[in-house]
Formats: sequence, structure tokens, C-alpha cells
Amino acid sequence: MALLDVRNLTVRFDTPDGEVQAVSDLSFTMEKGECLGIVGESGSGKSQTFMAAMGLLADNGRATGDVLFGGANLLTAGEKQLNAIRGNKAAMVFQDHMTSLTPHMKVGRQMAEVLVRHRGLSAAAARDAAIAMLKRVQIPDPERRAAMYPHELSGGLRQRVMIAMSLLCHPELLIADEPTTALDVTVQALILDLIREVKEQDRTSVILITHDLGVVAGLADRVAVMYAGRIVELGDVAQIFAAPQHPYTQGLLACTPRLDDVGKVLKTISGQPPNLQRLPPGCAFAPRCPFKIAACAERPPLRPAAGGGLKACARDDIASINRAAS
Amino acid sequence: MWSYLARRVLIGIPTLWAIITVCFFLMRLTPGGPFDSAAPVPPEILANLRARYHLDDPLWQQYLSYLWNLLHWDFGPSFKYKDFTVTELIAQGFPVSFQNGFAAILLAMVIGIPMGIAAALAQNTARDYTVSGIAMTGIVIPNFVMGQLLILIFGVWLKDTAVHLPAGGWNNGAFANRILPVITLALPFVAYLARITRGSMIEVMRANYVRTAKAKGLPFRAVVIHHALKSALTPVVTFLGPATAFILTGSMVVETIFQIPGIGRYFVQGALNRDYTLVMGVTILSAAIMILMNLLVDLLYGVLDPKVRYD
Repeated sequence: MALLDVRNLTVRFDTPDGEVQAVSDLSFTMEKGECLGIVGESGSGKSQTFMAAMGLLADNGRATGDVLFGGANLLTAGEKQLNAIRGNKAAMVFQDHMTSLTPHMKVGRQMAEVLVRHRGLSAAAARDAAIAMLKRVQIPDPERRAAMYPHELSGGLRQRVMIAMSLLCHPELLIADEPTTALDVTVQALILDLIREVKEQDRTSVILITHDLGVVAGLADRVAVMYAGRIVELGDVAQIFAAPQHPYTQGLLACTPRLDDVGKVLKTISGQPPNLQRLPPGCAFAPRCPFKIAACAERPPLRPAAGGGLKACARDDIASINRAAS
Repeated sequence: MWSYLARRVLIGIPTLWAIITVCFFLMRLTPGGPFDSAAPVPPEILANLRARYHLDDPLWQQYLSYLWNLLHWDFGPSFKYKDFTVTELIAQGFPVSFQNGFAAILLAMVIGIPMGIAAALAQNTARDYTVSGIAMTGIVIPNFVMGQLLILIFGVWLKDTAVHLPAGGWNNGAFANRILPVITLALPFVAYLARITRGSMIEVMRANYVRTAKAKGLPFRAVVIHHALKSALTPVVTFLGPATAFILTGSMVVETIFQIPGIGRYFVQGALNRDYTLVMGVTILSAAIMILMNLLVDLLYGVLDPKVRYD
């Protein structure tokens, strides 16, 4: 049985300007020990997919479908059942590392809280375990850091505290939502090493949500590329980087600046992502797609592609066109 | 911390002096005087009175001697209540106003803050609308209407029932006599506190760290109490400081309606009567309380937010 099985997940938000469909009919499965990268630009629904799974949608958001994890359906689970899973079997690290820790509580206590809640440890034992975990994520002088407030720590340290906090109960699934965004590169490398270690040593399954293809290439086993609330391509990381089957994936890869591109103008995908309030009836990427054909007026289903992955594109010759062009 | 406290208290002295100075000259610039009255006073008597209270001395001399007396804790004699010094008047009335005000602000906190939290956690539900409705009513009904209404209900209509309450009077501070005035004083503050708490709680519940707390699997109650409440109370404390200073010095309207011997009426009567020393006395008192409350608020910020440091 898959560790995580998402079926027909749809996430809608009621806004003053009308309903926004952030995630549309999304389905995928994930096996134990796997690292799945979720790639897409802002507004593609990659974060909201997992906010919905963890029951963390904003008040105006609603999710339908099924998210099966450890024998429970997270979307229909009661508050109690959900709280027994969150922070315990499934933990999440957020991208807003500067504001994700409670400002008026010492970080050691914020961490200890998790163990008191899920493991029933005493405050003292939980504190010791929290300090041990801070040591494990290579925070120097962990005893002293545990007695500090978040504002006394740098951004990188705060994100490491967040990761340490998420690992306290040895979760089966770690969801890392843009864990390295807005951190400087050395800290980014540290955080990514940490996630790799967790994945390889603890056999923790990791979902890595990012817009940074480099991060995905280094860590993920499989990648799902999202566009306008849907998966447009899903496959092994090597396969997708070598022979992307969807024009959007191609575009993303082409946009990544390379060191040997000195002096060239940066590539972009022309056009804008669609308005999620008024999605076009057909392929959402069609208005920006250079390979658009008549069939694109109808929404392409996610179907098997050459190389063993899945793609949501009406055409089968994208990879070969791409190879011919480069 | 202690040096911060000492510094703040010291800064209070020039502040107070500035207020005293402005108030002193404003009062003297106001047309009329303490001995003007409808019935003409014979010029000889008036001359004697003016001499007795040194009103014929040059203004700067009066100002300096007032300051000199203040330094010796002498607020001077009242011009209107001729057998009393200002110190005596305040010593009689202030404890009454203080007790009522303190009870009212406590009541307002105990009711208003939980009401605001309850509304925020059930945003846009019947519970929320009920709280907003009550708050709006509390704000728009002036206390002279509310006071009369309470008297009408508990003092007149329910006169022969067990919940009958005295319509006014102080009765040496009997508990029953305090209930209606304290409620009247508290109601608008219940309303303001409920509104402020609701607004800030709604904002804090959307904060990223509240989301983190939820993602940790903490029960909702623990999320609210341990992670949201402290931050949400910051604007509440900001409001409570000046509000407390205001309410502790009595309310002319409420004390008049319920015939309570507090100092609230001295603010208005003193100014109308040109009772120079009495006006100065109550002004200095309320300014000092205001300065104190502001200091208290700044200290409370430090309790609520570890980023606030005193050095």
C-alpha cells in the first residue's frame, strides 16, 4: 500500500472576487522511503495541495477528494485523529522561516511541546530530547539556543529549528514547503544535506515543494510538475530532466540559468499563468504553448508518456521536437 | 530594567511640570474669575477675597508660589469649597472614584476580552455577530442614557423584587450601591475591549506561527492559549493603559446620575467655577495617573513580547 494516496483532490477558496480553484482534481501516490519533488511556479497549487492534506487551509478554503495516509483519510478525519497524525507521523516545514516560530516562546519549549503532546514525555525529558535533536541538525551550542527566543536566532538557524522540530517524532512523512527559499546559499546547502540525511538514514519519505529545479535534481527520486492546480508531468527525476515530455516542463528547464550562458539574455516562458477564477476549458498551458494544436482545446488527461512517466499533453512528439531544437 | 524604570519616572517630572504650566496659564487666560457670581459682591469684599487668595499679585509670582507650594505637597485651598483644601477634596473623592473605576475596568476585562476571543474563534457565525452587536450597542449608547436605563429597570420597575438595586446614593460604599454605577462605567469598555480583542485575535490566528502550532498536532485550545493569546493581547494592553487612567479618575456623568461623591464632578465644576486650585489639583492627579499607566503599559509589552528590551 502506498504511504500517501491522493485522489481527486480539489481545493477551492472563497474570495471577495469569487471562487478560486487552487488545486483541480489532483491524484498521485507516493511510496515509503521515496522523495517526491513538487515543482511549479507561485500559484500553481503546490503548497495548497499539502496544506489541504494537513488540514491547514485558511478559513475560506475547502478541500474535496481523498488524502489517504496511514489508513486514515486526512480530509474527513476529525480534529482529534488529525492532531494525532500531525507533528507525529506526518510533519511539515514551512517556507516562512522568519515567522513560523511563535515569537514569545523559547524555541526549546516549542520543540518540547511536540514530544509532550505525542509521546507523553515529561517536560524535562522532552527538553533533553529537543536539545539532542538540535545537536543532530548541527546547531552549535544547543543548550543555549534552546533557551533563546526565535528573534535571537538567524534565519538559517530558525529553519534548522523548524526541521529539528518536525523530526522529533521520527515522522514517516516530512513535507518540506520551500525549505530553502530566502536563505543564503551556504545555509541552503546545509538544509538540503539535512533533508538528504533524514531521507537516507531514517528512511523518512520526503515531499519537497520548491520552484528551484536544482534542489529537486539533487534530492528527489520522482518529480511532479504542477501548473494551474494540476499535475502536468510526473516521472523519475532523471527522465524528466533528460527528456521532458510536457512543453511547460521544457520551458521551466530552459529558463534555468546556466553558468556557461554568460552574456545571453535569460529565457522566459512568454505569457502569464492563467487566472484561477477563469480557467480555460482546455489545456491551461495552451495559451502560452508554442506547440499548441487543435486538440488542446480539450483538457488532456494525465496519461502514460514515453520513458515511464505521466504527462498531461495532447501531443506525443514534444520530446523529439525539443531534442531537434537543441 | 531598574535604570529604565528610574529614567521613565524621572522623565515624568518635566512632563508633569509642562502640564502644570500649560494648565495654570490656560485657566488664568480664561475670562471670568472664581468670585464672579450672579449676585453682585460688594467691591470691598471682593478686594478682600482677591487679596486673601493673592489674585492681585503679578501672575508670574502666583505661578512661582504655586509651584513652590506644590513642592511642599500643598495644592492650596479650594476657591469654591471654602472650608476645604484641594488635598482634602481629592483625598475624600478620589478613593471612591478609584474603587469604582478599578472595579469597572476589571469587569470590562473579565467580560470584554473573553467575548472578543470567543467571537474571533467563530468568525462570521451567529456567535460572532452577537458579540459584534453587543459591542456596537455598548459603544453607541452614551453612559447617561445607559445609567438612566439601568436605574429605570433595577431601581424602578424591579423595585419590589429580589433584584432591586438602589437608584443612586453612595451609602458609605455599600455593595448594592456600587453595582449599577460600576456596570454603567464598564459597559462601553466591555464593548471596546471585545472589538479590539476580536480584531487582533483574528489577525493572530492567521499568523504563520499559529499554523506551525496546528501542524504540530496541538489541540486547538493549546494553540489558542499558548501560541496566539499573548500576541493578540498587545493591542488590548495598548488600549487598557489610557482607558484605565481615564476611568480611575471618575466620570462626571456617572457620578452625577448615581449621586456618588467621587472626583469626576470636580473636573467640570472646577472649570465652570474657575476654581483654579481645584482644577489644577485634579489635572495633576489625572496626568500623574496617565504617566504611570503608560509606564505600566510599556512594562507589560515586555511581558508579552520578548523582543521588547529595557535598556
